[in-house]
Amino acid sequence: MAEPLNQTQNFLKGIIKENPTFVMLLGMCPTLGVTSSAYNGLGMGVATAFVLLMSNVAVSLVKNVIPAKVRIPAFIIIIASFVTVVEMILEAFVPFLYEQLGIFIPLIVVNCIILGRAEAFASKNNLLSSAIDALGMGVGFTLALTVLGSVREILGSGSLFGLKFVSDNANTFILFILPPGAFIALAYLSVIFNKLTNKTL
Amino acid sequence: MDYVIILIAAVFVNNIVLSQFLGICPFLGVSNKVSTSVGMSGAVLFVMTIATTVTYLLHQYVLIPAGLDYLRTISFILVIAALVQMVEIILKKVSPSLYQALGVFLPLITTNCAVLGVAILALGLENGSLLKAVFFAISNSLGFALALIVFASIREHLELANLPKVMKGVPINLLVAGLLSLAFLGFTALV
Repeated sequence: MAEPLNQTQNFLKGIIKENPTFVMLLGMCPTLGVTSSAYNGLGMGVATAFVLLMSNVAVSLVKNVIPAKVRIPAFIIIIASFVTVVEMILEAFVPFLYEQLGIFIPLIVVNCIILGRAEAFASKNNLLSSAIDALGMGVGFTLALTVLGSVREILGSGSLFGLKFVSDNANTFILFILPPGAFIALAYLSVIFNKLTNKTL
Repeated sequence: MDYVIILIAAVFVNNIVLSQFLGICPFLGVSNKVSTSVGMSGAVLFVMTIATTVTYLLHQYVLIPAGLDYLRTISFILVIAALVQMVEIILKKVSPSLYQALGVFLPLITTNCAVLGVAILALGLENGSLLKAVFFAISNSLGFALALIVFASIREHLELANLPKVMKGVPINLLVAGLLSLAFLGFTALV
């Protein structure tokens, strides 16, 4: 699929057909770990999408220079550099989010989506296709995290993006902002996703 | 006493998989048989302990004195990747039987975020020392082993269950993990 790649399809595949969270099950740690609110999910998604875009572009640019044998370590270094950049940007401009995401920011480096796209796509395709592929995957991942974060926040705290719509002493389904709720919410979301896309497992 | 608390907290209360969500990929990926999950746990115990020792020393004696703390992520991931390769080569020569048991799991561990996660978390321990960091790594890998082996035993039984088609595979595994995590929530008051 080198030359006549349809860029619209290339973009859309990351959102539905090859959705990193629901279909490929990549990057599950941040997916479950930071989605206790919609805001955190969105923040993590955008941070990951940024690293994904930058590293896909960089890998695509240097793919002919790097010897095949050392390509994986080289990719890891490229990814780790961009993660460090993101870490610094978040700490400087959105310290609240930096604190909320905590350990999961440096862990973007071991997010299999990023290394996976670098190896499977960017190292074989040109700059434009790689950038669009990264954007599609990034949007797909961000959407999944935001939806999961919203569901957990609505059920668990009775709010969405911090806006409360139940009274302060109302009983909410606290389980959903605790760790077990992450697994359970994602389990049912993937049932719904499978049903909607008619994917038979 | 400190050490007892670290052990109980890492294995039960803040279980690395079920409440901190580190190492979910191997947790979901290699848990379909008890025997493979035991092998994976062994490999994680091995690599996590060595990796934390090396990264702790690197951080304490190289990065901090040189004022290069911001290179933490890059240097740690490089050290871990190199270590995994080295452990693989050494095991192959020194102990072929152990290599037979753990070999296939070793390459997978580089991308296991539990290893990098524990290496970073170990830096933040109160009154940290090398011994404490290493003990922390061992405790966490025991916690990983417990979660993985229990989960694998449940999954072996699930194979025979008659499930609706949409629940098969990923959804039911996540649901079981959720229930396990709920059970571990009961340990919260222990520490």
